[in-house]
Amino acid sequence: MFYLTPRKEIPFSFRIAIPAISIVLTIVFGFLIFSILGYDPGKALYHFFLSPLSRVDKIADLFVKACPLMIIGTGLVLCFRANIWNIGAEGQLIMGAVFAGGLALSFPNNQSILLLPFMAILGFLGGALWALIPAILKIKLRTNEILVTLMLTYVASLFIDWLVRGPWRSPTSFGFPLTEYYPEAGLISKIYFPGIGNISQLHWGVAVAIFVCIFCWFTMEKTIFGFQFKLIGDSPNALKFSGFNESNTTLVLFVISGGLAGLAGMIEVSANIGQLQPNISFGYGFTAIIVAFLARLNPVAVIISGLLIALIEVGGDSAQIALAIPKVVTGVFKGILLFLLLAGETLTKYEINLSHNQKSDLND
Amino acid sequence: MIDALILTILMTSVPLILAATGELVVERSGVLNLGLEGMMLMGAVSAFALTYASGSLIVGLLAGIVAGCLTAAIFGFFVLGLATNQVATGLALTIFGTGLSGLIGSDFVGKAIKGLPTLFPESFSNIPLIGVFFALDAIAYLSILIVFLVWIILFKSKYGLILRASGISHNSAHSLGYKVLNVRWCAVLFGGMMAGLAGAYLPLMLTPHWSEGMTSGRGWIALALVVFASWMPSRIIYGAILFGAITIMQLAGQARGWTIPPQFLSSLPYVATIIVLVLISSRGSAKYLAPSDLTRPFIASK
Repeated sequence: MFYLTPRKEIPFSFRIAIPAISIVLTIVFGFLIFSILGYDPGKALYHFFLSPLSRVDKIADLFVKACPLMIIGTGLVLCFRANIWNIGAEGQLIMGAVFAGGLALSFPNNQSILLLPFMAILGFLGGALWALIPAILKIKLRTNEILVTLMLTYVASLFIDWLVRGPWRSPTSFGFPLTEYYPEAGLISKIYFPGIGNISQLHWGVAVAIFVCIFCWFTMEKTIFGFQFKLIGDSPNALKFSGFNESNTTLVLFVISGGLAGLAGMIEVSANIGQLQPNISFGYGFTAIIVAFLARLNPVAVIISGLLIALIEVGGDSAQIALAIPKVVTGVFKGILLFLLLAGETLTKYEINLSHNQKSDLND
Repeated sequence: MIDALILTILMTSVPLILAATGELVVERSGVLNLGLEGMMLMGAVSAFALTYASGSLIVGLLAGIVAGCLTAAIFGFFVLGLATNQVATGLALTIFGTGLSGLIGSDFVGKAIKGLPTLFPESFSNIPLIGVFFALDAIAYLSILIVFLVWIILFKSKYGLILRASGISHNSAHSLGYKVLNVRWCAVLFGGMMAGLAGAYLPLMLTPHWSEGMTSGRGWIALALVVFASWMPSRIIYGAILFGAITIMQLAGQARGWTIPPQFLSSLPYVATIIVLVLISSRGSAKYLAPSDLTRPFIASK
């Protein structure tokens, strides 16, 4: 058997090495899995990890896929650093999309350039309000936020399901569970590059996502506000003694992470779908948890880790099209990657010692 | 008609009872395994594959149990061996298990097997009023027995006391000389076996075929059920039947054109769980009910 002893300091090289080793090992596991399943592992890995990087328009698609992951991941980084386990980003994303969608659908003929900013605000609000429920319960009653956020995710997905099948269903959808299309002013346009034009589906939401990541990094590292966030996770007592209020910090973090998830939902619908439907997210809220861990809980690294996870998703599509490998294999990759990252986390915090006898542990 | 409805409700609740009872033991030992859905799917696909290949339901059931146990062992290795974060590791297990089961099962989509027979002769089910309770399969009766045994062991035996102590305060249990990690390993593996069995029940009994993600959220409902039962085994049975009834009612309601939207009924188990959580915490009695060291990794001090 082996046991763990806390490290006194974390070697700097670990910060880079752990994610890098985790990614390499995931690819090794991928090689093994494809071989066992009888696919040509070289070809499969090419379609998974290289083909999405082979052309500019495919790289643009990576950014589009990574957009919601980056925005949600940033919010989760802040939460997880503070030891707040909001795992209901999926539900908050849905509520954000519903709030923003409600506004867009209420003004079907609106041409105002103000519509989009107001939809963004409402999207943020929708997600934030949904996250306020676990926040208030946690602060007032010490209710476990893991379970509440998880349960509320299911409630949210049933809620949107009801909306698009019931009161919000478009009369012209031939019975399909779809709302009307948003007005033109409620859609996020593609980025126009002078002389080149649009690059695949690349839209302005991606720019917002990158801005959000950088802004949150700045807040966390350079302001007293960010200092509080870190303190609440690292040393709650120090936070108390220095006169900050833990409840307020908790509340703010829930609002920010929920709001960002809501914003991601609004952007996802306005940029890629254009109307509400039962499934607007493909597990982005859960996948973003992996993104946050891969980024080693650093908001700027979220940009890179969001792109990496997007690579696995897009690679899954291309491998399915080219080699008929079932898309579910992306789940296997994501699972293995998260396992390895978590194990890496342990290696940074503890030294592993081999021992044959645990009894000596009692003298303390 | 009513009999058929009650029978469906009972059968729907069986996998919930099994998975939730396993998870209850895990949580009582101080570990939260959010990977139920993943373990159930691995159990389901293994049970289907081996039943299909061997033609024997017993082999299939055992395969489900072993698969659940092995999947739980992955979780145990990370959470207990490496003291990783339980929430994230559990989610990783669900993502991984959903993916791997889909991959294994892709060759089995569209194939059919014959399900479990009822335990008692068919004539029993014709007994008026109580006949429906004799129309179930062996696993259904086994699930009730397991709940009873878990209750006995948890609350009437020394082992149960040690297990609960590990969940309430692992440091105290450790200083008394108990091996907290070993206790938690046993609990996690038991939880995996139960989840595997619950998963196996789906393709062997509820729907005699395999489809990707066929647990369709039952793992999460079972997790909710543990909280709903406030970590007491007997309450899992009532809770599971209640949750099963809600699921069936919304299907039946849809067929008869009820005016209540089915989504509202479907959301009831989740809302009820939140309400129970709130009630537990507002009474200030949470510390007597929820294992207080839940989700805290144990690292033996030097």
